[in-house]
Amino acid sequence: MKGGGSLSLRARLVLQLLVLAALLAVLLFQAVRTVAGDAAKETLDSVLGAATLAIADELRGSDQGVTVDLPHEAFSILGSISEDRIFYRVAVEDATITGYADLPMPSAAQGPAAPSAPIFYTAPYRNAEVRVAMVRRVVLAGQLATPVTVLVAQTRSGQAAIAARVANRAAAIGLGVFALAAALSILTAGSVLRPINRLAEAVGRRGPSDLRSVDHPTPAELRPLVESLNGLIARLRAALTRTETFIAEAAHHIRTPLATVRARAETALRKAESEDARETLRAVIRAVEESARSASQLLDHATVVYRSDRPARESVDLARLVEGLANSFGPVAGLKDVGIGFQGTEAKLEVMGDRLLIEAALRNLLDNAVKYSAPDTDIMLRLSREGGSACVEVADRGRGLSGSAQAALTRRFARGANVGDVVGSGLGLTIVDEVAAAHGGRFELAEREGGGTCARFWVPLS
Amino acid sequence: MRFLMVEDSDDLAQSVSERLRLDGHAVDRAGSLAEAEDCLSAAPYDLILLDLSLPDGDGRSFLTRQRRARHDVPIIVMTARAAVSDRVDVLDLGADDYLTKPFDFAELEARCRAVLRRRGGASETVQRFAGFTFNPLTAQLVVAGEPRELRNRELRLLEILLAAPDRIFSKSQLCDRLFSYAESVSDNAIEVYVARLRKKLEGSGAQIDTVRGMGYRLTAT
Repeated sequence: MKGGGSLSLRARLVLQLLVLAALLAVLLFQAVRTVAGDAAKETLDSVLGAATLAIADELRGSDQGVTVDLPHEAFSILGSISEDRIFYRVAVEDATITGYADLPMPSAAQGPAAPSAPIFYTAPYRNAEVRVAMVRRVVLAGQLATPVTVLVAQTRSGQAAIAARVANRAAAIGLGVFALAAALSILTAGSVLRPINRLAEAVGRRGPSDLRSVDHPTPAELRPLVESLNGLIARLRAALTRTETFIAEAAHHIRTPLATVRARAETALRKAESEDARETLRAVIRAVEESARSASQLLDHATVVYRSDRPARESVDLARLVEGLANSFGPVAGLKDVGIGFQGTEAKLEVMGDRLLIEAALRNLLDNAVKYSAPDTDIMLRLSREGGSACVEVADRGRGLSGSAQAALTRRFARGANVGDVVGSGLGLTIVDEVAAAHGGRFELAEREGGGTCARFWVPLS
Repeated sequence: MRFLMVEDSDDLAQSVSERLRLDGHAVDRAGSLAEAEDCLSAAPYDLILLDLSLPDGDGRSFLTRQRRARHDVPIIVMTARAAVSDRVDVLDLGADDYLTKPFDFAELEARCRAVLRRRGGASETVQRFAGFTFNPLTAQLVVAGEPRELRNRELRLLEILLAAPDRIFSKSQLCDRLFSYAESVSDNAIEVYVARLRKKLEGSGAQIDTVRGMGYRLTAT
């Protein structure tokens, strides 16, 4: 996978949630600022309007004309809100009765929404923006209906200050919301991804032969994944079974004819009179023996390599295993008048490991010992406890190592210089070495005092 | 001994039977599990040689059925499957022993003997010649009431000679039957065992003659 495809789900989720949170925070900031600004403007406008109306209410008509008694409260309300400057103008037609004569009228004739309601507008005045409220009234002066305009204006630096304050608060709220959302998004990403992690862990913990389907409880979204995973496992299991069946059948098809050849050759050898024929038959039997042995060692080695990756962990009673092996090799060793002695320990020696692997390793050691033992000697199997490990010692009175280094002997298909004509594949010690390594144990070959070889195999105790 | 051989390959069954008959054993052959059951109900056997891959099923199911029905005829599984797991399996199911094809007949014989000895085998295996009795199962030679233990190669040598008294066996013939083909030994190696056996036979009225340039033969005086 490349580029965005390889970005972790977690990073992707967190990133998207953060962008969303930032967007929402900005939107919130804008909304708060606009709404609060509008509210401030409206409040100021209504105060301005109220002051204008208060002045308009004081308009009096008389025969001398229109007079106004400026209400003091109107200006004090305005002054209480901010430090802004206030201007006013009362005019009949264009003639100003009182106030600032240059205070601008609305640019176009605007009718009020209701005849008595004030009109608001913004205009430049004396180097500043002012907000103006205008009310028109008709006052009876003498017998004449005289239209009077009342204007009250105020600079808007107060509103700007309010707006700035509001903006600051809005920004603070936006940031707070963003921080909260970010924290939540990280938590959410964690909790959303947890089932995936658990699933991965459950599958990752499995041993090599654990091909059960996954029935881990998973959220609906993961079910397709789990189903395809189970499909894969089922196919793998089927393939493995097929392979195993195939190997078993292949072995059957190779070994059965070999067994026939061997049986016929032995029969013929029993009946043969000429020494030439006998020699040939012996060679045939040896070849059969060799190929059969190679085949089983290769199979064993394949099993060891496959299982060593993740050996099964079960409790193995070493004494029972070694004794069983001693019994199974007894008849073969007996053919050479070789005895197999067994010396166990008082306490039970249990190791955690793969029984099949350990058995394959010990079987190879014992097989070697029997093969190379001189007739009329004994093989000694000794179990002992050494610190945190169990030690199996296989000591024979065979031809020894004659200087071959252990490292050389454990190499695949390598055999000692002194094997002579003993049949072998050169895989046995490789298997032993690999099994020891897979269990965190050790394997050592040494010359035995008084002649022969002493092989020691250590496995950590459970 | 009377063997029942359960094996589907005609070639193998025939060659193994022929080889076993050479040693004086009787062999019946069953090509399938069903045939094996028939044979078992018709005649008593000392030992069953059981293959695992049979046309009408796995030999393991036969093994399980036999053991469950408490038929305790010794069974030696004879199979092409060499994996460690197979060995473990089969012994757990109640097989007495296990042999991987192709097998050495000396090993087969040794395993049969070990199984029968473990099972407290039949006493009619005792053979008499001149002034001694000989039980190949317990490797015991009794001369004038005095038991003498025979080692494995002495025992097999005696068996070979005893199968045909007065017949001359060449050194090479004896070597082929006494030593594994996996080791090559000179024909003179046999002399050690002949000397040992002669010693064990002292006072039994039987002796091993050296026939110059020909070999050895067992005679009664």
